[in-house]
Amino acid sequence: MANQADQIFVLLKHWIVSIFPAVVQPYLGVVLSVVAIIAVFPGLFALTTVIERKGLGRMQNRIGPNRTGPYGILQPIADGIKSLTKEDIIPTSADAVVHFIAPLVLVVAVFMGFAVLPMGRNMQLVDMDAGLLFFFAIGASTELSIFMAGWSSRNKYSLLGAMRAVAQMISYEVPLLMSSVAIVMITGSLSLVKIVDAQNQYTWGLPHWYIFTPWGFAAFVMFCIAATAETNRSPFDLPEGESELVAGYFTEYSGFKFALFFLGEYLGMFSISGLGTTLFLGGWSAPLQVLNFVPSWIWFFAKVMLSIVVLIWIRGTLPRLRQDQLMNFAWKFVLPMTLLNLFVAAIWRFMGEGLLRWIVCSAILIGVYVIVGTIGMRRKKFGPRTYRYAE
Amino acid sequence: MNVVFWILAVITILGGLTAVTLKNTVHCALALTVAFAGLALLFLELDAQFAGFAQILVYIGAVAILVVFAILLTRGSEMPSEGVFSRTWFAGLLIAAGVFSVLAWAVLHSTAALPHESNVPAVDVRQIGHALMGRYVLPLEIVALLLTSAMLGAVIVAMHEKGEQK
Amino acid sequence: MTPLDGYLLVAALVFAIGLAGALTRRNAILVLIGIELMLNAANLNLVAFWRYGPHPELLTGMMFAVFSIAVAAAEAAVGLGLVIAIYRHARTTDLDEINRMKG
Repeated sequence: MANQADQIFVLLKHWIVSIFPAVVQPYLGVVLSVVAIIAVFPGLFALTTVIERKGLGRMQNRIGPNRTGPYGILQPIADGIKSLTKEDIIPTSADAVVHFIAPLVLVVAVFMGFAVLPMGRNMQLVDMDAGLLFFFAIGASTELSIFMAGWSSRNKYSLLGAMRAVAQMISYEVPLLMSSVAIVMITGSLSLVKIVDAQNQYTWGLPHWYIFTPWGFAAFVMFCIAATAETNRSPFDLPEGESELVAGYFTEYSGFKFALFFLGEYLGMFSISGLGTTLFLGGWSAPLQVLNFVPSWIWFFAKVMLSIVVLIWIRGTLPRLRQDQLMNFAWKFVLPMTLLNLFVAAIWRFMGEGLLRWIVCSAILIGVYVIVGTIGMRRKKFGPRTYRYAE
Repeated sequence: MNVVFWILAVITILGGLTAVTLKNTVHCALALTVAFAGLALLFLELDAQFAGFAQILVYIGAVAILVVFAILLTRGSEMPSEGVFSRTWFAGLLIAAGVFSVLAWAVLHSTAALPHESNVPAVDVRQIGHALMGRYVLPLEIVALLLTSAMLGAVIVAMHEKGEQK
Repeated sequence: MTPLDGYLLVAALVFAIGLAGALTRRNAILVLIGIELMLNAANLNLVAFWRYGPHPELLTGMMFAVFSIAVAAAEAAVGLGLVIAIYRHARTTDLDEINRMKG
């Protein structure tokens, strides 16, 4: 019974596919999975917009939207109708073709990233041998669409926002990749399905998730920092900061194209949360062995929504980082720490089972972090303030 | 030869053609990205998945952005005063046509020497890892050194000299 | 025409297009774009011969192509750095104007 609830979507798909003749069956299977992804994730996106606005409102000591439906639940419908019926304004001097294509490229690239995430037992769209590499390759293509959006608007604020966004995304691409390489090294495979299977084992009822190891925890922290920067979320949202650059690279977009950009950004958040869940939090495996009767896809989506709530929480709490501060942080702190993390993961692997490897690895990581932190803060002399006036 | 190959070939060749003939430099860079994507898909068609994904990650994710940034930093998006093709364009075109004809003749007339089609090689990433750390470990280390020196060189070449005005 | 012939012809055509671009355009960056197209065509050649040649289990062709991708990225970075440095000095990227060795 529990197995049936777990595999309900897979069984449903097989049943629907078996009705049709054999010649269309492979294509129909793929089309059904794609339709499921396209239906579920924008639905989650609608739910997330409500959660974000209500959550941010409560954190800022105000109520969020509460007029459309109970607790503002129908707000996404109102937003959708507004976006679809707004006039589509293109500036006269804008580059029409590139202006049109930019949101399409973003949305297509982001949707392709969902193809390799295992959303439940046997519930991935494709089980690629190099699945993680595919995900990162597709993620790297989104930077180009942001640049296209900013450049085609012929607006200096858009261009500035786009260049800042691309510089930030490139800087944080490397720590994102390096923190995932530690996982790949320990698992021995780039396939996301195998990574989840490796974490699906239990010792004394506790799971083998990679976040519960010293190097995994450090890698998870760095992955979170890099993921927040990759999706241009606060505290790294200088490219789209509303008080800085109007709306950054999508200043000149209105109506449906703006909705597409918004969708692309939130879906990017979902896909990278999904990846973080798969790599570090065990994907679809349950936290305790006794809880295995709950279907696997519920665990996956629960973990993803938890990550989204944490991202919203961070947005409402931390101030924004300046451009040079965030680039310094990426290149001078996060990247060396990811390299050290790789080293520590290798030590973990070669030391064999036992308590000693926990102590050694934790000591190395915490020790280096404390030392670098104290040395880094020593130069900051908080003396009296100096003022510089414009000439 | 199947339909997929022809579609991808047309995409790649059109991307390449537009990349070298358009007047607006940024449009050329974007057409180059389309050509890169077409080539990556051709690699995937040839069952070289690792090469295809590496092509997307490196070329589209890094080289295309480099080219676009360089165009922006050197004001390439403004229209040049004397046209986009150089004074000696005809000679260049002739040379390219000559090279293509020689290559095409060589390809089409040596069919007897071309090897037969073998079965699909089953390549997984583990084999690639073993190869990189086994047979190709020396090229791997040399490429690491090369990339480091290229990065340092690019930074030094493009850096503002001390005291130079912008 | 075998499939291998098809891939080789496409590679030859892309190579010729890249060569034409490198030889006929004024802007230095477009010359670099042409060079990137030529390198990509060579990579396609390598992978096509790996796939349709003897001993594909040795991975030689694909490894060669991957290393070529890495080297081409490094070369693009240095080349674009050079173009930016020249622009800073000569205020133009037009190759017909930068035709003197004297600065």
